Amino acid sequence: MSGDHSDAPIAARVRHLERLLEERGLVIPGALDETLAAYLNRASPANGARIVARAWTDPDFGARLLADAPAVIAELDLSMRGGLQVQDLQVVANTDREHNVVVCTLCSCYPLALLGPSPTWYKSESYRSRVVREPREVLREFGFELRPEVEIKVWDANAETRYLVVPNRPPGTENLAEEQLAALVTRNGLIGTAPV
Amino acid sequence: MSRINDVGGMYGFGQIVAEQDEPPFHADWEAHVFALNSTLVRQGVYQIDEFRDAVERLPPGQYLASSYYQRWFLAIRALLIEKGVFTEEELDDLRDG
Repeated sequence: MSGDHSDAPIAARVRHLERLLEERGLVIPGALDETLAAYLNRASPANGARIVARAWTDPDFGARLLADAPAVIAELDLSMRGGLQVQDLQVVANTDREHNVVVCTLCSCYPLALLGPSPTWYKSESYRSRVVREPREVLREFGFELRPEVEIKVWDANAETRYLVVPNRPPGTENLAEEQLAALVTRNGLIGTAPV
Repeated sequence: MSRINDVGGMYGFGQIVAEQDEPPFHADWEAHVFALNSTLVRQGVYQIDEFRDAVERLPPGQYLASSYYQRWFLAIRALLIEKGVFTEEELDDLRDG
């Protein structure tokens, strides 16, 4: 591999690369901003929240979701397609005895279509290295104290398979409609680093 | 044999720093690097697995010293040179800009 020894600020280097790619016809001026706007418009934790709210209110949907998530999320007009490659999705549900948390130890694999861009901490060496060794301690640092008897399962995402957590439905929400429930679901809840 | 990105279970990386209300990107250049990568994969300049490999085989010291999107930039740069799209001199000569 070529060594990289440039001292120029990275923003200037990226602009320079873009100009070269435009000259070569590989990038159309303005197209990057359109790509970004389209991506940010469709990829959001609101998608994951809709899936969870449906699973909470429709047990049949919830059961099928755990068995074959890619097919079942299509019922909500959601998809794992549209990215750079088709990805499998496995949905895992928390219970009173078992808690799930997701990581990508190798890099940053994440269900972008359902959660939007991932937070920096998810991509950090600290989270990636530690959550597989001491998940309870890591969750505590997020302010999430699990009872000692609750078993923690850590799912290591990879290029082919992404994971999404169905958090426990909070008590006292029996009378809420699906949309109101979806509004309660947070990104960290869908990763497993926070309760809902 | 593991590479530097294979950090699962490793000790010493310290506390996790979670930023409140973090924006999707912290600078325009990060967003553009993200979009550039999608564009180059869709154009067939390289494949997504080649990109992952290019990130993972960054020199370990450079990998750890770089932010997430700096790694992406360095990986894209390396692939464009290896694929013969640009020379190292073209990519690093910023005098025109």
